[in-house]
Amino acid sequence: MATLFQGLGIVTPSFSSSNSFDSNNFLIPSRRSLSERRDGIFVVRSDARVSQTLKTGARKHELLVPNAVATKGGSSVASTSKPGHELLLFEALREGLEEEMERDPCVCVMGEDVGHYGGSYKVTKGLATKFGDLRVLDTPIAENAFTGMGIGAAMTGLRPVVEGMNMGFLLLAFNQISNNCGMLHYTSGGQFKIPIVIRGPGGVGRQLGAEHSQRLESYFQSIPGIQMVACSTPYNAKGLMKAAIRSENPVILFEHVLLYNLKERIPDEEYVLSLEEAEMVRPGEHVTILTYSRMRYHVMQAAKTLVNKGYDPEVIDIRSLKPFDLYTIGNSVKKTHRVLIVEECMRTGGIGASLTAAITENFHDYLDAPIVCLSSQDVPTPYAGTLEEWTVVQPAQIVTAVEQLCQ
Amino acid sequence: MSFTATKFATSPLPLNFTTPRSNDKPLSFSFDHSRLNPSSSFLGSTRKLLRFSAPTRASSSSSSPVAAVLLQPTSNLLITKEEGLELYEDMILGRFFEDKCAEMYYRGKMFGFVHLYNGQEAVSTGFIKLLKKEDYVVSTYRDHVHALSKGVSSRAVMSELFGKATGCCRGQGGSMHMFSREHNLLGGFAFIGEGIPVATGAAFSSKYRREVLNEADADQVTLAFFGDGTCNNGQFYECLNMAALWKLPIVFVVENNLWAIGMSHIRATSDPQIWKKGPAFGMPGVHVDGMDVLKVREVAKEAIERARRGEGPTLVECETYRFRGHSLADPDELRDPAEKEHYAGRDPITALKKHLIENNLGSEQELKAIEKKIDEILEDAVEFADKSPLPPRSQLLENVFADSKGFGIGPDGRYRCEDPKFTEGTAHV
Repeated sequence: MATLFQGLGIVTPSFSSSNSFDSNNFLIPSRRSLSERRDGIFVVRSDARVSQTLKTGARKHELLVPNAVATKGGSSVASTSKPGHELLLFEALREGLEEEMERDPCVCVMGEDVGHYGGSYKVTKGLATKFGDLRVLDTPIAENAFTGMGIGAAMTGLRPVVEGMNMGFLLLAFNQISNNCGMLHYTSGGQFKIPIVIRGPGGVGRQLGAEHSQRLESYFQSIPGIQMVACSTPYNAKGLMKAAIRSENPVILFEHVLLYNLKERIPDEEYVLSLEEAEMVRPGEHVTILTYSRMRYHVMQAAKTLVNKGYDPEVIDIRSLKPFDLYTIGNSVKKTHRVLIVEECMRTGGIGASLTAAITENFHDYLDAPIVCLSSQDVPTPYAGTLEEWTVVQPAQIVTAVEQLCQ
Repeated sequence: MSFTATKFATSPLPLNFTTPRSNDKPLSFSFDHSRLNPSSSFLGSTRKLLRFSAPTRASSSSSSPVAAVLLQPTSNLLITKEEGLELYEDMILGRFFEDKCAEMYYRGKMFGFVHLYNGQEAVSTGFIKLLKKEDYVVSTYRDHVHALSKGVSSRAVMSELFGKATGCCRGQGGSMHMFSREHNLLGGFAFIGEGIPVATGAAFSSKYRREVLNEADADQVTLAFFGDGTCNNGQFYECLNMAALWKLPIVFVVENNLWAIGMSHIRATSDPQIWKKGPAFGMPGVHVDGMDVLKVREVAKEAIERARRGEGPTLVECETYRFRGHSLADPDELRDPAEKEHYAGRDPITALKKHLIENNLGSEQELKAIEKKIDEILEDAVEFADKSPLPPRSQLLENVFADSKGFGIGPDGRYRCEDPKFTEGTAHV
């Protein structure tokens, strides 16, 4: 059940200094006991608004964070008369998956507990009933073998979506992902394609312990022949899921355990996003902040403080972790001349390190200051809440970094 | 002929062996492997064809975990003259090709690790020659001969080994990575065991096509080849479980040549009889003399048909031997000369030749003609490979991604694969 409450982490910072909320009366302390949390489902919008829906459904009690995110021209999504439909991030992923399964009978799902159980984070809930046990295949706990099986199925004409119950479990399948998924198209001289999607929940959650709180982007990024994307909102989760399934390349889709309960209104009509494009979250002039996945929300909290302090940061969710969208990134660098990278990935050999190198190589002449990269610490994610919090980048650090960078 | 227990009269286990499953007896820890078959260092008998099958659910109350029988080696090994000559030709092709590889390796025409198949031809020929073109083969690093048996041309394989653009993988794979989409050869896999899950996936595809996509003619069978060393790897067990669980159309073919580079099978494996792992997963486990192509073929036929009928996987342990070192880089110092001599005396090609001549299935002349034909084919293959062009630089970035959008969007806003220099191979991405 804990997974249901993971979403809390985004907007319940327990650090007291410089938190980005104007009022504290709705702030849910992260030390609150689980029994209290069970009172309702907390919903976090992708624009960092929080709402709490009581399970009884009798009373819909919305708690809005006023101006939690200073978006330029940001529109309210609360109105129900607007077009589109509102759903949670995990539901958006499921919707994308379901649409693709309806569209193409070769799309299938395999993994631990994806079928009858509906997936550990319910991304495949109900799909086995709809599409049958063979298309939504519950596998034994054998990550290496079922990932390899997905690759073999992809080579022979299917389009499997392999779920790692937790992304960290896929370390057991590393050989298959690296040697077979990443290299087979090349070593076969282009004869075999591997149109597979490998996806699952990752990142640092709420005190899940070291093994369940991994930042795996750094491990996978240097595998040749693989694309990597990280979703961060219900809108882009669905669009990237669909794009990943349709891609002829193997794609690793990173989801974050703390973002599954984000709520957003998304279009009713079908859409597919580009796997290679970054997303402009907040245009600005003073500094380019590059981020992805959950850190997008820490950045947006910091952005609010920064705006109040008179800064105008540009926030880009890079989304495509491999390859980088150097066009969007480059244009931003050329405009602001200052870059801050905020990531949850490891400091050593992480996405930020690669991004720093790519920007230095391509846009060095446009930089007025050295690139600053805020990564999580090179430690096994500690269990204790306090230590865990110090492991990942917090909004206060982002504010400080921007202040220093813009001096 | 069938592997189901009912077709055979059950007889007591023929081996003097303490079965861990028979709980009424205390486990013996003083088990001496060498006593099993004192005349040979090989564990299973090479003179008998052992056949074991999985217990049916109904007979699970039987005290013996497996039903075991001894088959007479002469049970049903009849072949036509045509079949006999086809087998002979394929085995000669395999043997001569590998000898040619050694020659070319020492002449500096090919590089890297080259693992030769000499001695094991009966397995490749016995199994793969029974397949249809749509059937899948998944091999290991010792994959040249599997590719040849499946129909990939000597030219394409030799050229690949020479690292030429005309190779079956455009020179991008090499000795351990032979692929052919046309022949449904899903690859040579260079790491131990990693091909087995891929093979299981191919078998899953066949089942999926039949049951989800309603393609009635989707009856492809997948053969997964691997060695005795692989049978101590987790992927082997994981896939036996899944294949049996979902009744996938796959045959697991163990080429037990007794040595995993320098590690003797007996030193590496607690219970060296690999076929016994089949019944443990609810599938038949069969043990066959891998130096006798006719016996291999007989077992293969039933295993493949069983898979095609949708009755599920089979584990076949072929007792064989490699006549050369692990690879051409292996000094081969550990194997006992007497052991090598023993198996040299059981050369599967010599044995088939004898059988063909004795049974009037081929004359000395006819066999000579086949050997001459293969010689010519290989000479042509070497010449073709030698004359073929090296891969051009423009090839370097091709095939990294099936969709080259995977190289991403460059600083100029265009996909980097749209760079005119990209196809020239000079683009910096």
